[in-house]
Amino acid sequence: MSAKFTPEMKKTHTILVPDMLPVHFQLLINIMAPYGYRCELLRTASRAVVDEGLKNVHNDTCYPALLVIGQFMEALKSGRYNPDTTALLITQTGGGCRASNYIHLLRKALESQFPQVPVISMNVSGLEKDPTCGFQLTAPILLKFLYAVLYGDLLMMIANQCRPYELQKGATEKVLQHWQRKLDQAFKTSEYMHTKKLYRQILDDFAAIPRTKRNKIRVGIVGEIYVKYSPLANNHLEDYLLSEGCEPVIPSLLEFVMYCAVSTAVDGKLYHFFDSSVLKNGLGYELIYKMQKTQIEVVKKHGVFDPPHDFEVLRARADKYINQGVSMGEGWLITAEMAALAESGTENIICTQPFGCLPNHIVAKGMMRVIKDAYPNANIVAIDYDPGATRVNQENRVKLMLANARKPGDL
Amino acid sequence: MSNTQKYALGIDVGSTTVKTVVLDEQGTMLSHCYQRHLSRVRETVTEQVEALQKQFPDAEFSVCMTGSAGLGLAQSAGIPFVQEVHAAFLAVKHDYENADVVIELGGEDAKIIFLTGGVEQRMNGSCAGGTGAFIDQMATLLGITADELDALSLKAEKRYPIASRCGVFAKSDIQPLLNQGARREDIAASIFQAVVDQTVSGLAQGRQIEGTVLFLGGPLSFLQGLREAFVRTLKLDDEHAIFPEKAPVFVAYGCAMFAKQSEEAQPLAEVLAKLASAKTGGNTVTSEPLFASRKAYEEFVARHKSHDLPFADLHTAKGDAYLGIDAGSTTTKLVLITENGELLYQYYAANRGQPLDRIVKHLTSIYNQMSPDLHIRGAAVTGYGEDFIRAGLGIDYGIVETVAHFKAASYFCPDVDFIMDIGGQDIKCFKIRNHSIDSIMLNEACSSGCGSFIQSFAQALGYEIAEFSQLGLFAEHPVDLGSRCTVFMNSSVKQAQKDGATVEDISAGLSSSIIKNAVYKVIRAKSMEELGENIVVQGGTFLNDAVLRSFEMELGRPVIRPSISGLMGAFGAALYAKEHRPEQTKLITPEKLAEFTYKSTNAKCGGCTAHCALNIVHFPDGGKFVSGNRCERGAGKSTEHTMPSIYDYKYQRILECEKKPQGTPIGKVGLPLALSFYEQMPFWTTVFTKLGFEVEISRESDRDVYYQGQHTIPSDTVCYPAKLAHGHVEDLLEKGVDFIFWPCMSYNVDEGENDNHYNCPVVAYYPELLKANNPRLTEENFRLPYMDLNRPKSVTAALKACLKGYSLQCSPSDAVAAAYVAQEQYRKDVAAKAQEIIAQAREQGKKIIVLAGRPYHIDKEINHGLHKLITSLGMAVVSEDSVAALGHLTDKLGVLNQWTYHARLYRAAQYVTTQPDMQLVQLVSFGCGIDAVTTDEVRTILERNGKLYTQLKIDEINNLGAAKIRLRSLVAAMEE
Repeated sequence: MSAKFTPEMKKTHTILVPDMLPVHFQLLINIMAPYGYRCELLRTASRAVVDEGLKNVHNDTCYPALLVIGQFMEALKSGRYNPDTTALLITQTGGGCRASNYIHLLRKALESQFPQVPVISMNVSGLEKDPTCGFQLTAPILLKFLYAVLYGDLLMMIANQCRPYELQKGATEKVLQHWQRKLDQAFKTSEYMHTKKLYRQILDDFAAIPRTKRNKIRVGIVGEIYVKYSPLANNHLEDYLLSEGCEPVIPSLLEFVMYCAVSTAVDGKLYHFFDSSVLKNGLGYELIYKMQKTQIEVVKKHGVFDPPHDFEVLRARADKYINQGVSMGEGWLITAEMAALAESGTENIICTQPFGCLPNHIVAKGMMRVIKDAYPNANIVAIDYDPGATRVNQENRVKLMLANARKPGDL
Repeated sequence: MSNTQKYALGIDVGSTTVKTVVLDEQGTMLSHCYQRHLSRVRETVTEQVEALQKQFPDAEFSVCMTGSAGLGLAQSAGIPFVQEVHAAFLAVKHDYENADVVIELGGEDAKIIFLTGGVEQRMNGSCAGGTGAFIDQMATLLGITADELDALSLKAEKRYPIASRCGVFAKSDIQPLLNQGARREDIAASIFQAVVDQTVSGLAQGRQIEGTVLFLGGPLSFLQGLREAFVRTLKLDDEHAIFPEKAPVFVAYGCAMFAKQSEEAQPLAEVLAKLASAKTGGNTVTSEPLFASRKAYEEFVARHKSHDLPFADLHTAKGDAYLGIDAGSTTTKLVLITENGELLYQYYAANRGQPLDRIVKHLTSIYNQMSPDLHIRGAAVTGYGEDFIRAGLGIDYGIVETVAHFKAASYFCPDVDFIMDIGGQDIKCFKIRNHSIDSIMLNEACSSGCGSFIQSFAQALGYEIAEFSQLGLFAEHPVDLGSRCTVFMNSSVKQAQKDGATVEDISAGLSSSIIKNAVYKVIRAKSMEELGENIVVQGGTFLNDAVLRSFEMELGRPVIRPSISGLMGAFGAALYAKEHRPEQTKLITPEKLAEFTYKSTNAKCGGCTAHCALNIVHFPDGGKFVSGNRCERGAGKSTEHTMPSIYDYKYQRILECEKKPQGTPIGKVGLPLALSFYEQMPFWTTVFTKLGFEVEISRESDRDVYYQGQHTIPSDTVCYPAKLAHGHVEDLLEKGVDFIFWPCMSYNVDEGENDNHYNCPVVAYYPELLKANNPRLTEENFRLPYMDLNRPKSVTAALKACLKGYSLQCSPSDAVAAAYVAQEQYRKDVAAKAQEIIAQAREQGKKIIVLAGRPYHIDKEINHGLHKLITSLGMAVVSEDSVAALGHLTDKLGVLNQWTYHARLYRAAQYVTTQPDMQLVQLVSFGCGIDAVTTDEVRTILERNGKLYTQLKIDEINNLGAAKIRLRSLVAAMEE
């Protein structure tokens, strides 16, 4: 059995965290600092990351596991960190997808090489519950996380709506950096609770960036959560789309959080049970939904940028094509996001997934036909990511989709 | 306005060819050219443009580039680029307004464009199976050109099923057919059929190919047999199958049309300047050179020379001699040794699909040359073609390859603890513990990193294999091509070429990839140290110094490569014959050999319902050799002594579930014989017959069931059991039922001792996918209620809602209660049957195999009769579910144990460790992501307790060659 993260280790250990969403995760680890956790985001993206992944996990395992574990192993072997004072943090979503097993695959990889390195599971589904563990997600931390997700989503979405149109290159990034720092400060006091005020300030600052008319081809990115967001996994898909003259549209992380929260209640209804977990998750969902509504209203009222999808609208979209009982991996959410994007004018959609992703056989590739039937202009391409797939192949497929998007007359 | 002519130039740079087309202002084609570029991409484009410059010295051109290898070049040269499918689309719209579908096969790409009913363009993704490169590869395998392959295919009498998803699998299907003497004409036609199947299933992905179909690209314009295969499969008539004259350059034609839209025009000199200035190099990662200097190389050569075998002269040697034959997948090896192990005769060559002919020739040559005082006292054969050669030539022993290789390796290194053999088609690795074979690792799902791969590449680049591998030795910047399957490797190489890597760098990179594949993919070693202390490498591929050097570099220390590296299997067989010297060898005499002939015919086995396609080789003495059979029945052998298998019992038990209600049926429900129904059939038949329904079960799976539903499969990487489900739904629709019932279940039954009890995502929700992809399914005729079998209330409620409108003969809760009883009875029956089989085996002193898979692995189209193969080897077969309850996990698992079917694997494995006469064999369906988690864990449980781990990976491939090696090695290991 691998090492445990003891309370004493808070003082001695640096906790390495794999990066998935640059904006959000920076906020999250900075929130942890005042609670005594020294966290560091891993942003390594060298070939060694993939090689370590291939060496250390079953090669048929999904790509995200391979990358995350590869990133950890590369870091531990690099000499940049002392393995005796380093801990690793990995998220565990729970549910019937393979992803719940990443942590075990990581421990297996560590067993023979770095047995002293403790692994922390970060999850909200009660997996690996251990009150003596030095790492505890307390209610105040969780609440701040929730706010961080909201702020992170807003920053990411608005930046995406500005970046393709900025007149001065780098202007959007500057505002983004500014707010990243400002929010870090806000989380140190209770200022972060004043969401409406901060939202408005953020919106104003981005709106002030000089931009051209918003007329580029919008391309939505949906799919398996890690591949969808992580530039390491998707070969910098966002940057590529920008370079091709498109506006990337990336659904919010909060949607995934809410999808997880609502699934217990959905299962309870489908499978006829009611217990404390249904109740707790139900209440949690109500709370988060209210917070989302607030954000959407502020963005709408401000009137410059597109707001995120209303989660209840997403659920209604899902119901047209797939049962909300499909709750493994990203489940029905992927189907719903495709439909919602197509409906809100983002008809070009890239669906990303690790090669051989089990849930996505059903919720992504399996649902494209019905989505296309419902939205005849929908232009969807599925792209698989794995250590062997070359960029040229992936880019070719995106190009093909864009050629489709640009209708012969536009060229 | 200038008076120079303005033309449009389209340049299509494909993965293997460059095509150019010039159009005048009216759109008339003035010139076209089609040329293989042999990966000299920029040079070939430049040559063609230069030729055009001579042809049209005064004209100005609007230029555009397209094609998979053209993107990089276009970008760095600053030439406009158009996506190739889009280019094709333009040309089709212009020339063939009424076309409905376009199919274009290129070197490594395959594309399909649906023009009517919503324009949709698709191209092959990560998989390049079924393309021109695939055909080339297959032709190479047969030792002929693509054109010769085409000519052969037109004379076919039958077609064999060949896995169509990927070239790698197709190869492993074709190889045994070749070795077993199948007609080359038939194989040629089968290869084309595989390409067609790949296009229909892999590319069309759920859309029917119908209406007027336009066929484009090189292979489809040059290969008549391929064209016919497409036309026949898609059931097209002449009017609806169009093969344009321009087909080979059609995309370049579209590209030129695209260029024509542009206002800008330039003289070709300018284009040439742009091409010349194009930057190459970029993203490619490079690694250390293999040898720093000539001197380092010479030292390396000298070191390996020390492992040479002494020779003896065949003409003068006296005494006893032993013959060893290794009938490998692509090569045939033969040695004759003396009592002291000296080499009298050796032969190593590609068998070109005719292993028997080669051996006859060389055996004849031995007989002609050997001194009268030399006597062959024994002979042994190993390898894929073992059975066949043995039957034909009266060889004394047939031994499994693993044993042969171990024998040979021990001869050179008595303390060997790791053997790695890389042959033409396979990688075999064995760990040796206590002087016996401890574990075997074979490459089944992937042949990347094998000799034949480098060979195909060498040929594609226009080199002989020996020359090509030599090139890599002193490459300055070997390309890092990663460790993935052949198909992916193709695109990695493409990318490297795009970035300007030299042939030398690529050659060295391929050598290193082979090693990485073998170590990290096949053996899946975490670190090189795991391999062992004393490593012997062998197999023809290690004769390649670049590969050998790559291995030593990756390992960080030297290994032993005997000089007869390529002959080790044959040498081991000869050693075996020497050790087990028969009283009188049965080896064919010189006289009989002189008149030896054979012929092969085809037949269908009538022994059972499997109807295996048999290939029968007739020998002159009236003997015959049958291949293609899954069990011994087809070979004409008696079946009295075969051991029992619970797979047969379970399968029959499921089929025999009650289907008729008491009284007049109130309706007819269809239940698919697929996925979870392979276990829950007793439950659902009970529910529905009690409620008053007549039950219709879909027909038993076979290849045709797969074809029947193929067009509704949206994801080509899903497992075969799921793919078959599509056909079962179609079958039920054909049969005419009121509705098909298929519940969705996130959870399976909680059987305890686990962390959770999920279904895998595919089993849980596959009905959702079926409904979304089969246009014939409606809310009315396909019902997929959600329920949890652990909560009877949820089942009852879901049924009530689902069956509204029917006047049920009893209350749903009563029906459900009866169903639980029936299901429990099934479970008990299966467990009891297992005990009966175990008792019977023990009485006869036979070993027992727990063949551990999933409930749906009892489907004979899924298991390909593997359980019969085991019983034919004299072992009894029980299943994971039949013994899981007897196992109790004592140690904590290293994984999250959260799937019901998979939890059984762990418990069954634990149970096996408590039974001295049992071993476990794990069945894994290709594409099962969850088994990436379970296989390592099951292995750990078994090996920790001194048991062997054997895994059989299965897919639509129905050849049992590799499985047989594993199982026979398992038998050999159990006997040690």
